[in-house]
Amino acid sequence: MTHLTDPGCRVVVDGNEAAARVAHLLSEVIAIYPITPASPMGELADDWSAKGRQNLWGVVPEVIEMQSEAGAAGVLHGAVTRGALATTFTASQGLLLMLPNMFKIAGELTPAVIHVAARALATHALSIFGDHSDVMAARTTGFVMLCSSNVQEAGDFAAVSHASTLESRVPFLHFFDGFRTSHELNTIEQTTSAQIASMLDDSCLSGHRGRGLDPDRPVLRGSAQNPDVFFQAREACSPFYAAVPRIVQAKMDRLAELTGRSYHLVDYHGALDAERVIVLMGSGAGATRETVDALCAAGERVGVVIVRLFRPFPTEQLLAALPPTTRTVVVLDRTKEPGAPFEPLHSDVLSALWHSPPQAWPDGRLPRVIGGRYGLGSKEFTPAMAKAVFDEAARDEPRNSFTIGIIDDVSHSSLAWDPTFRTDAARVRAVFYGLGADGTVGANKNTAKIVGDNTDLNVQAYFVYDSKKSGSMTVSHLRFDPQPIESTYLIDQATFVGVHQWSFLDRLDVLTVAAPSATVLINSPYPAEQLWDRLPIEVQDAVLSKGLQLHAIDAGAVAQAAGLGGRVNTVMQTCFFALSGILPADEATAELKRAISKTYGKRGEAVVERNTAAVDTALAHLHRVPVPESITATRHRRPAVAAGADDFVQRVTARMLAGEGDLLPVSALPPDGTFPTGTSKVEKRTIAIEIPVWEPDLCIDCGKCAIVCPHAAIRMKVYDPSALDGAGPDFKTKSFRSREVPGLSLTVQVAPDDCTGCGLCVTACPAHDKSEVKRKSINLRPIDEHLEVERIAWDTFVDLQEADPAQWDPASVKTSQLRQPLFEFSGACAGCGETPYLKLLTQLFGDHLLIANATGCSSIYGGNLPTTPYTVNAEGRGPAWSNSLFEDNAEFGLGIRLGFEAQRRAALDVLARLAAKFSTEIDGRLVAAIVAGVEDADDLGIRAQRARVAELRNAVAGLTDPDALHLADLAGTLVRKSTWIVGGDGWAYDIGAGGLDHVLASGRNVNILVLDTEVYSNTGGQASKATPRGAVAKFAAGGKSTGKKDLGLEAMSYGDVYVAHIAMGASEIQTVKALLEAEAWPGVSLVIAYSTCIAHGFDMGNSMTQQKVAVQSGHWPLYRYRPGEGELTQPFQLDSAAPTVPFADFAASEARFSMLARSNPSRAAELTALAQADVDSRYSYYRQLADLQRSAPAHAGTIVADDTASEGGEE
Amino acid sequence: MTTFTTKYLGFTLSSPLVASASPLTGNPEMWERIELAGAGAVVLPSLFEEQIEGDAFALDLARDQGTESFGEALTYFPDVGSVETDPDRHLTLVEEARNHLSIPVIASLNGTTPGGWVRYARHLADVGAQAIELNLYDVVTDPRQSAADVERRYIELVEAVRAEITIPLAVKVGPWFTAFAHFAAALQNAGADGLVLFNRFYQPDIDLDTLEVTPRLELSTSAELRLPLHWIGVLSGTTTCSLAATTGAHTGDDALKLLLAGADAVMTTSALLRRGPEHLIVMEAEMRAWMEERDYDSVEQLKGSISRRNVPDPEVYERANYYQALHSWKPTSPAG
Repeated sequence: MTHLTDPGCRVVVDGNEAAARVAHLLSEVIAIYPITPASPMGELADDWSAKGRQNLWGVVPEVIEMQSEAGAAGVLHGAVTRGALATTFTASQGLLLMLPNMFKIAGELTPAVIHVAARALATHALSIFGDHSDVMAARTTGFVMLCSSNVQEAGDFAAVSHASTLESRVPFLHFFDGFRTSHELNTIEQTTSAQIASMLDDSCLSGHRGRGLDPDRPVLRGSAQNPDVFFQAREACSPFYAAVPRIVQAKMDRLAELTGRSYHLVDYHGALDAERVIVLMGSGAGATRETVDALCAAGERVGVVIVRLFRPFPTEQLLAALPPTTRTVVVLDRTKEPGAPFEPLHSDVLSALWHSPPQAWPDGRLPRVIGGRYGLGSKEFTPAMAKAVFDEAARDEPRNSFTIGIIDDVSHSSLAWDPTFRTDAARVRAVFYGLGADGTVGANKNTAKIVGDNTDLNVQAYFVYDSKKSGSMTVSHLRFDPQPIESTYLIDQATFVGVHQWSFLDRLDVLTVAAPSATVLINSPYPAEQLWDRLPIEVQDAVLSKGLQLHAIDAGAVAQAAGLGGRVNTVMQTCFFALSGILPADEATAELKRAISKTYGKRGEAVVERNTAAVDTALAHLHRVPVPESITATRHRRPAVAAGADDFVQRVTARMLAGEGDLLPVSALPPDGTFPTGTSKVEKRTIAIEIPVWEPDLCIDCGKCAIVCPHAAIRMKVYDPSALDGAGPDFKTKSFRSREVPGLSLTVQVAPDDCTGCGLCVTACPAHDKSEVKRKSINLRPIDEHLEVERIAWDTFVDLQEADPAQWDPASVKTSQLRQPLFEFSGACAGCGETPYLKLLTQLFGDHLLIANATGCSSIYGGNLPTTPYTVNAEGRGPAWSNSLFEDNAEFGLGIRLGFEAQRRAALDVLARLAAKFSTEIDGRLVAAIVAGVEDADDLGIRAQRARVAELRNAVAGLTDPDALHLADLAGTLVRKSTWIVGGDGWAYDIGAGGLDHVLASGRNVNILVLDTEVYSNTGGQASKATPRGAVAKFAAGGKSTGKKDLGLEAMSYGDVYVAHIAMGASEIQTVKALLEAEAWPGVSLVIAYSTCIAHGFDMGNSMTQQKVAVQSGHWPLYRYRPGEGELTQPFQLDSAAPTVPFADFAASEARFSMLARSNPSRAAELTALAQADVDSRYSYYRQLADLQRSAPAHAGTIVADDTASEGGEE
Repeated sequence: MTTFTTKYLGFTLSSPLVASASPLTGNPEMWERIELAGAGAVVLPSLFEEQIEGDAFALDLARDQGTESFGEALTYFPDVGSVETDPDRHLTLVEEARNHLSIPVIASLNGTTPGGWVRYARHLADVGAQAIELNLYDVVTDPRQSAADVERRYIELVEAVRAEITIPLAVKVGPWFTAFAHFAAALQNAGADGLVLFNRFYQPDIDLDTLEVTPRLELSTSAELRLPLHWIGVLSGTTTCSLAATTGAHTGDDALKLLLAGADAVMTTSALLRRGPEHLIVMEAEMRAWMEERDYDSVEQLKGSISRRNVPDPEVYERANYYQALHSWKPTSPAG
């Protein structure tokens, strides 16, 4: 048995992997559903099972992705009911969806483990980041709750949880902090399989299996009980809970015997005679322990109690852990329970002490207990903050229910802290600023593993990501030290700073993290000797005042020469090793190459060779930058937003954009999560390398460039030529071809600072130079050569008045693009296939548009702070947008619509009453016109109705009748509003399918836009029921074996639902028509839009042409199902021709399919053949549908009549 | 009975008719038919330098797109383990062909510059290729590159491939060399064991609808065989390299002409693509009939019998040929 007590191998992993490894080893069934930050646990489990990794009993666990967390919990419940070993992983809203089953699983005393990467619950806003609000919502389920505070514990406590649940029969919720622990790489000792096995008790396993539902020994479970017995039966479980603390401690003790790592239900760290003690759970323990050590070293009497078992609450152990000298206990909760007397842990500690006999304390006085909140939504919690908490505890009258880590100038709850108090002593502290696309994070993960594998140093790596999906900045924080690293906070005194993108120096204060004399490595397109003169004043000042050592390399050029394109990661990584001296130079080079071989070996020798070449050539291009003695620069860093932005933007948005959001006080933020729109335009991210430049002489005014632009960065405007009086000479214009409105001029203009350079506009442009075909009417040109001119031109363009939409029928590509987009400059991926549809939606209906948006990509690029792409027109009107949840969006949208309709009925009622009462003050003809015009849909009609309503408001303004006041509130509803329910396929096909189906059946006037990327895009490419057969996706690593659900057919089955299947890249005009028709149909409309995505695996610069091939291959047929109101019609119209491209050819052009052809050719061939059969049979079926005659059910028209009638009266 | 075997690249082929690189030879379902139809050897489709360099990287880029940028989606694809890149799949194809066929399997490699990709010659040999056919061709549009530069580069490439492998190396080239005889000798000196004459190239066409340039390759016709016939006739007997003809052999008669000029093997592609592998049976029957009618004992006997060295007037293979051809229309004597 000697091997059992080995310490285990040292590995560098993150908390998700540490926990998932154990869960996979100890499970037979794993039910999963993606949710950040727990998704990697499910992905790893799926990956391991796909590769045949076995559990402790030699069986490959069954991993199944469900339609939602509720589904995953149901499967978990079923599997453990049968007596199998089962687990799941989740976070946040996902855990909430599991709650009903959790009560059942616990109530039935069934062993199970749920691993949770704890994350904030959506309240005033969604947050993907870490706190304990989700797990605290599960307190009452009856699950045991065990908390890990770092990566090592995530693995260890996973094992303790699985072992303890079998023995106790009580299910476990094992949790650790989202991102801070789930995503932090750290050096841990990995418990061996044999050690884990020896923590299990075979008889308990046998007992669990024996209790499994089995017809050979039939029982009934899940009965319904009456008042006579329910209560008693509920109490019957108490002994099992009473046994839990002993069982968990025994498992911890066994782990300690095996590994030497000792844990207790409650652990104390600090002075034995401490007077002030912090009690907390989770990753904040790391920063607090460091603080305690520093303060104790300075002679202070402080300590920290780390609670590991939270339910059942270990009262006895907590009391035993507190030194008897304790005078003040400060409980820190990472959650907020508005209205509760105290947060949960605080309340529990209070209860524990309340029941503590006074004589247990030296002078018979119980310690006083105060509490506070920290770290919500991954807010930083640093030693400086922990010290502030101890300082507060030392006061005679400390604040209670305080906050730490924010500035609360509203309720004045916050404690001040001294940011100069630091305990971070890691030998190497490195911070790297990279672009998402440049591979910096991947390289740093590699660096962490290289150092972890090849030195005795401990490693910690943590990564901060951007809220944008394109042009996003990543910040990597790496620590290396001989001692274990517990610093669970960001580095702010770096010994090394890597600036991997030159432009950051001009935008952000990247050197604020540099410690004095730190080494700074800059990826510079300029020679080292020219670098200094190109730095702004602020950067030069930081270099001089801190005595920084500057080094530079043109990594872009080195990477380019090695054939690596824009991926500078290997080059910068090589330079980091050279400058940091963590490893001897030769060893570093050898290890880098070995790591390259390991990382890229699976991808082919050419990839390995190119990266190796980059390593070999990098150092020859690395130069020390000469630094003069004083500042020579004359220019400042660019302001976060341009001058002239409105007050909120200047006060709030600009601070967030500058990376100073942590410094915003509570008063700066809306308390209910309501933010102004129209803010993306202030960002000016300037992320394109090339931008489109217009050649008016070739332009045929078609509008294709504008309609396909995902970012609304290419615009068309028509205007009277006189509007250009005073415009600069570089402003381009041409005469606009129009029979309807002759004499106008046209300009097609790029927003140079907002363009991502994806090139879709150029691909879409059909106009060639007759003498030189490569010259189109719009061409990508280097931004450096055109930025200044185009900036001036854009300003001129913005100042031109928007065309009057009422002047043009929008039902063409060209005329639709003359309308102002009210969705602009989103942070979506370059080339995003979704955003062109949303932009078009806002062009067609934006000034009267209500959007209910499901959680997903569209809610992130639509609503992730700091800015939003939804904006307003010159009248201040624009889309009003909200996101409820992932699973309920259809219902949420329907609710918005019903709310609007109810208000409109009320308005019509009030209007009728007022008109009768005040016939002299209110013109009867006006009232009649208003009643007749409530559903006027075209621009002229809406404009006229708005004018009538304004007139009405004036007419009733002087009336004191209560109805007049009501009408003032409600009159806006008398103008048509358009309700669109927007979301992705994860929502529509999976988690929201039930609600969506119900709304489809409702007959109400709502429109549904499904942005179908055929995969869970936002959480990283997990399969959905929209994923096509043969595609590789997460949770379908072997290629999805079943075909895609035909959502359109489901909707058509109701008969009165307008359904359109559209793909803009294949037919812009069909797209425009479909949206207009959907809006016009007075019942439910469903538009399913093919949305190309980076998860498809092709160059997104071909986004639109790829859509075309998808249609040509029959993968995505275009059609419209237009129910007639009552009459017999042929509602189904197939808008695309018979497939002309073999499905295999389409599949070969996308990595999602071709990866399978390369990893498993025979399966790929089989699935491709089946997919072709899917295509053929669907086309054949649709052809037949096109001939069918059908009439819509009668109720559609009824609802419309009710809806618009002044009498109101729904059924 | 006529002996139909021929020596090519050191192999004794059962027939001089060889199925040359095409989609046909790349299709495992066709291999048995090709062999049964009597092919002496099979040349598999070419593995291209740019394919080796580009394929893995393209997939790598597609998989890495958007990764490690956004906290909710650090990757977009599952780790499917090792994927076969195009070159890997090609190696598998070669390996399978070797396992399925008893006739020699010749792998084809297409490139223009020495570089790391050349190691694929060794990989091809490792998986069982019995010979390598190195296909040299690029369109030199850079005015700074001279013909000598290009020839030097090609020679270096042949040397580099030669250094990687011990199996026979044939070199396939195009006809557009100013001094081909000299270049052919240089290829031999660089290590070529055989010359395959000649490559046919994609040439651009213009699509009048899309105004795009579209590369096209038309299938060959018998009329095209005279160019290889010409140079095989010239080189036969002057080089230690095996000679293979590879353009325009559609019939037994075409093949006979090329053998008579000096070819050791006659490769056919277009005819098989048009008519299927069984067309080899027809060609062989035509050849055998012709040979038996004239009492030829063997293919070896007729090979090169009408080469430049073996014809009474070698000038028929030289530029004068054109001149003489014209003059041949004149009366042979004033009285005639």
